[in-house]
Amino acid sequence: MPLLQVHGITKRFGSLTANDRVTIDVEAGEVHAVLGENGAGKSTLMNIIYGLLHPDEGSMTLAGQPFQPRGPREAMAAGIGMVHQHFMLIPALTVVENIVLGREPGTRLRLDLDVAAREIRQLGGRYHMEVDPYARVRDLPVGLQQRVEILKAFYRKARLLILDEPTAMLTPQETGELFAIIERLQGEGLSILFISHKLEEARRIAQRITVMRLGRVVETLPAEGATAQELANAMVGRDVVLQVERDPQPPGDPVLEVENLTVLDATGKPRVKDLSLTVRAGEIVGIAGVDGNGQEELAAALAGLLPAVHGRIRLAGRDVTGAPVRRRLEEGLGYIPADRQAEGLVMNFTLAENLALRSYWRAPYARGLMLAFERFNSVGRGQLERFDVRPADPRMLARQLSGGNQQKVILAREVGARPKMLIASQPTRGLDVGAIEFVQRRLLELRSQGTGILLISLELEEILALSDRIGVLYGGQLVAMLDGARVTRERVGLLMAGSREEVSA
Amino acid sequence: MRPWVVWATPFVAVILAVIVGALLIIGFHHNPVVAYSALFQGAFGNVQDIATTLTDSLPLMLTGLGVAFAFRAGLFNIGGEGQYWVGAIVATIFGIAFPGLWAPVHIFICIVAAMIAAGLYAAVIPGLLKAYLGAHEVITTMMLSYAMVFFGHYLVENGPMMRPGFIPESRPLAASALLPTLVPGSQLSVGIFLAPVCALAMALLLNRTTYGFGIRTVGQNPRAARYAGIRVPIYTVSALFVSGLFMGLAGSVQVMGVEHQLLDGFNSGYGFTAIVVALLGKNHPWGTLAAAILFGALSAGANTMQINAAIPVQLVNAVEGLIIFFVATEGLIHWGLSRRHAAVQPAPGQGALAG
Repeated sequence: MPLLQVHGITKRFGSLTANDRVTIDVEAGEVHAVLGENGAGKSTLMNIIYGLLHPDEGSMTLAGQPFQPRGPREAMAAGIGMVHQHFMLIPALTVVENIVLGREPGTRLRLDLDVAAREIRQLGGRYHMEVDPYARVRDLPVGLQQRVEILKAFYRKARLLILDEPTAMLTPQETGELFAIIERLQGEGLSILFISHKLEEARRIAQRITVMRLGRVVETLPAEGATAQELANAMVGRDVVLQVERDPQPPGDPVLEVENLTVLDATGKPRVKDLSLTVRAGEIVGIAGVDGNGQEELAAALAGLLPAVHGRIRLAGRDVTGAPVRRRLEEGLGYIPADRQAEGLVMNFTLAENLALRSYWRAPYARGLMLAFERFNSVGRGQLERFDVRPADPRMLARQLSGGNQQKVILAREVGARPKMLIASQPTRGLDVGAIEFVQRRLLELRSQGTGILLISLELEEILALSDRIGVLYGGQLVAMLDGARVTRERVGLLMAGSREEVSA
Repeated sequence: MRPWVVWATPFVAVILAVIVGALLIIGFHHNPVVAYSALFQGAFGNVQDIATTLTDSLPLMLTGLGVAFAFRAGLFNIGGEGQYWVGAIVATIFGIAFPGLWAPVHIFICIVAAMIAAGLYAAVIPGLLKAYLGAHEVITTMMLSYAMVFFGHYLVENGPMMRPGFIPESRPLAASALLPTLVPGSQLSVGIFLAPVCALAMALLLNRTTYGFGIRTVGQNPRAARYAGIRVPIYTVSALFVSGLFMGLAGSVQVMGVEHQLLDGFNSGYGFTAIVVALLGKNHPWGTLAAAILFGALSAGANTMQINAAIPVQLVNAVEGLIIFFVATEGLIHWGLSRRHAAVQPAPGQGALAG
């Protein structure tokens, strides 16, 4: 008998059916992955199981008993734990305080944290999830914060753990550690619902995979034997190209030349050290590295947002070392910032205004000092259609779009400017399979048109798939420059972790 | 947020203030219908009343536009009072200094000098400090506001601008520097025509010029603005300058149209009420004018209410306070207005649809 059985759950929000007759079951001791794109209804389903939402139709049973949680408290009492994508921890409190929150041990007047701390140490030791109970959560890295969330579920005696996009914020190493933890938990007989839009992860960790699309269950199948292609097709509802084709192409003249670049962060610490690299026309140079090794500062310095305290930057042969952002843009630089909502878009502006953001002060958007505002929408509409933004309505506000469509707007703006050199910082972060494919195709298209591309990404797969050459950034230094066609995943991984080797650019 | 919710909020704030004000009036054993109709009569009953309302509104309109403009650039200029004083002082100096000039020229010189001086007072110190050192403009404009208000008092209280005698006031402006009166028997000057001109200018500047696009971008998302190649410091300094221009205009028009001299009692708090006016007007030029008229009407109608209905002026102050309160609790009103949609769509952040 399955531990949890969800039968025919339907949940509507107004005219939108977020879950449509969803049926799924989880065996005891099983890792069951729920795979789907953003908006497929995964989170709605999990929120129903966790008692945050109430279904309009359908029923659930937990260990054979009817299960209708009226709220998370009841779900927890029944043995369901949930780790949200955005952690529900209080940064100023310690680990133990966070874990006992809502179930404080001791008498009514006296809080006995030491007992709880001992218990947390024991739990942590048993599952190899060591964490100092007295550390403040704000001082912990993301991976450890997630452990605290998992321990919190355990402390409440969870039998079924829901992990909502657990790898979204993790580095590859942290992801590996998480998977090891999941395997140990499973060994103890715990069931896990693993929510993700990354199909490789689902295949790696789960025994069974349920694919959802548009609120419905497309299929449930054993992970063993499921191919990435068939999962991707089921998720997107059409045939997807997973491995984008990259034709060999001789690179042209250098469009970006960086010599001995040193960049400081806001606190004056050097974050990019003596870095040199060249990107040629029609070439994609990938920058691999664990988050926080200088990627942000490198991108910012190239765009002109941080000063180069040492070194030179040449764009299409012209020195732009001290040039302001706008001059670099006018010299042919395109820039896709890492955080599209905070850096790439003005969320309260219309799409047309966002498309005009980098060139509003000149034709076709301006006549002298006046805006040619009547052209905004007509120019915008064409661009939106070319980049398949949905809806292609230039009067929509940026914040009304999904993440994938927001990224397409940025692409439309930056690629539409026909750059000689494009810096793409995390261009597919947080996007679903269909949107990732779209973005990657556009980058390759741009490459074949002769644009040089610097691809800075935390997704090693993406770097490996797209790059002609791969630079590895470690501690602010470029520790290696490798041939993309001949490099192995393992070698890049080792270099990312700090193993040294000669630069062979 | 749905657009209609945003636009409905100020109206709901005012209606709520009127309702709660009515309860308050009942609590003091007065008839709210009598009170409000006396208030309305006092504000709009005849041409003289309307003139008084507009006279009281004019400085609020101009200072309100100044606050709204800064807001649109993401800046909180709460030192409008001081900049308003700069405008008044400079207009007084120039108004006294060149008697006998052709009036249009004299008026033009006074107004332009007052505007530029007030603009610089906002831009040079708070603007540059904000743009290059990150000093928050709330602190700097506020501090400089007090400095200027006290300096203004000093000028007319035994200071260099005090007229001979014992009354703390300056000499009157030359006749050529006075704005002609529009409605005889009232204090309403032709300066009132400047309000719609300014609102139109601000609307055009923000929506139809490349400069305005930059201002709005910086105001909405300074980080994205930097990434797009916009030099944020230039916009910070210039937005405070433009904001100060409006304040200086308000001060000069008040001296040249109403007071005709710089008085010790010139201080009126317009620069502070302007913040509420701009908020109530949603930082929209025309909305700001409408909000200023509301506040002008409240202040003009209050006296009539006291005389005709024997209701203390303080109750009007309470209604003003309530409006401020409900504008400030705008989030609450948003929530109330969009609650029935909440049943349909989960609140942002709840993420029920995000899966």
